[in-house]
Amino acid sequence: MWARVVRLTVRGGLGGRQAFATKANPQRSGSINADVIKHLERLALVDFGSREAVARLEKAIAFADRLRAVDTDGVEPMESVLEDRCLYLRSDNVAEGNCAEELLKNSSCVVEEYFVAPPGNISLPKLDEQEPFLHS
Amino acid sequence: MAVPMLRWVGPGRRCALAWVDRSSRHRREAPTGSTSNGTREQSSVAQQPLRTAQKLRKGEHKWAAVVGLEIHAQISSNSKLFSGSEVCFAAPPNSLVSFFDASLPGTLPVLNRRCVEAAVMTGLALNCHINKKSLFDRKHYFYADLPAGYQITQQRLPIAANGNLMFGVFVGSKRSHMATRTVRVKQIQLEQDSGKSLHDDLRSQTLIDLNRAEGQLRVDANISVHHPGEPLGIRTEVKNLNSIRFLARAIDYEIQRQINELENGGEILNETRSFDCKLGCTVPMRDKEGKQDYRFMPEPNLPPLVLYDTASLPARAQPQQVINIDQIREALPELPSVTRERLVQRYGMLPEHSFMLLNEVGLLQFFQNVMKETRAEPKTVTSWVLNVLLGYLKHQNLAVSESPITPSALAGLLDLLDSKAISSSAAKQVFEELWKGEGKTAVQIVSEKQLGLMQDREALEQLCQSTVEGHPRVVMDIKKGNPRAINKLIGLVRKAALNRADPAMIKALLEKLLA
Repeated sequence: MWARVVRLTVRGGLGGRQAFATKANPQRSGSINADVIKHLERLALVDFGSREAVARLEKAIAFADRLRAVDTDGVEPMESVLEDRCLYLRSDNVAEGNCAEELLKNSSCVVEEYFVAPPGNISLPKLDEQEPFLHS
Repeated sequence: MAVPMLRWVGPGRRCALAWVDRSSRHRREAPTGSTSNGTREQSSVAQQPLRTAQKLRKGEHKWAAVVGLEIHAQISSNSKLFSGSEVCFAAPPNSLVSFFDASLPGTLPVLNRRCVEAAVMTGLALNCHINKKSLFDRKHYFYADLPAGYQITQQRLPIAANGNLMFGVFVGSKRSHMATRTVRVKQIQLEQDSGKSLHDDLRSQTLIDLNRAEGQLRVDANISVHHPGEPLGIRTEVKNLNSIRFLARAIDYEIQRQINELENGGEILNETRSFDCKLGCTVPMRDKEGKQDYRFMPEPNLPPLVLYDTASLPARAQPQQVINIDQIREALPELPSVTRERLVQRYGMLPEHSFMLLNEVGLLQFFQNVMKETRAEPKTVTSWVLNVLLGYLKHQNLAVSESPITPSALAGLLDLLDSKAISSSAAKQVFEELWKGEGKTAVQIVSEKQLGLMQDREALEQLCQSTVEGHPRVVMDIKKGNPRAINKLIGLVRKAALNRADPAMIKALLEKLLA
């Protein structure tokens, strides 16, 4: 997830160094504005909660930013660290399942053999409400 | 529930996704060819003004609609896409769920070979380019029936892309002429499906069953309108369409709604809507505020999927671990377009008839079985199969396999017709009798009901003679030169012959008599 965040604000480092100037932080290099925080909180269902947490995020981005020190001109980006491995193909046989009882034990709320969830998605509180939203 | 992308839906499995002419990033290709002057034929739009071409105000631009379909189709396999859980219908809730399917920490996806083969087959059948290397990604969103919080899909580089599909549509004012259309297939991707949510509004809760999502085939439609030559319009997505009929109605409605909105100075929101089948209109979906950001990232637990062909097959590879595109291509059954071409060449059939024969399950086989047993012309057989047999089947909502008339029976009937043993009207009667499915043959029915054409030429001549003598005024009419008068005589002779005489023969005999 952090890698994705980095890509968001840092314009994907293909082909060498780039200046760190994006729409997300016009003020100064390394700071993230409130809109982006709100957006991230919504997407990832985390609560930054405090200025301290945001500062930590900014430090993390700055840390990842040091990747830009590497000159990647003419170098193809990797797909993943596994890209040289062979993707194992499983035969189409039934080998799992049939453990509903075990699985349902994990759930605090169960109706017959169904997991129970709240109806639909719960909308996040608005900006002026101070209650932090916690993803259970 | 948000199940985006066309997928070859598999319960909790990954399915290939056939993406027709649609881009998730708001890019779009040229229209599919459905240009609308503000109206579409057979449009059944409720509660909004329907504008026809004739009613266009002077100087008004034409509208063109652009439609992209996301089709989720379930792969036919024994186990799921990324786990060894069984795939089957109507199992007890959560009984076909492995630890991975329940997204328990520490579990990993393991790709099912059969699903990859199925995706390649689909790609080949749809004339796609098969990507020898394709990648898996995570698409993140939150919903109770997606316990991982993301779905594994193929967003960056799917298994197949850039294909097309040709099909026939009936066009013209009477829908009497068949034209072929081609639609582009943007891509096909393998993708995980979500679970199933059962909403319990009474207790304000949702019950989750992770066996599989609903439906073996689901379609979402993306629709926008624009003036030809101008940039594409804002699109809306219409979800929850579970029949072809609703799909067509929803698209028709949405095109009309967008045109009306824009012509009244309004604007189209890039939103998700659902189709209310009772009201026949699309409505905005709640729970979908703003544009989704799925935060795509590479699936870290799956290396790239590499496919081979005969030329590139690694020397000492285990057969179970490699997939050879060429081998799959060779094992494909004959594709419909090839079959249709074969029918047209072999039987001189009209292309539209070849489409019709292939569009009904079992009908082609039926036709071919009749052809094997009858002497009748292919044109005759085609006509009887497509017009008469299919008509009867449709009327009673029967499948070809449920037809009370066997190919042999029909062949027998057509033989009688071919040898002029019965007239075509008698043949219809025989068909009607055969339809009762009492096991009698055409020959038996003809004999029992005395439907055979008179073979005795002399007796027929006599009938003609007596009819001529009995109707002098009509004869005078004929001699005066009235071209239609002879039909009256023919009718009289037919009646006298109890409908057992060939009208053409009667006419010939009468003309000879009156010459």
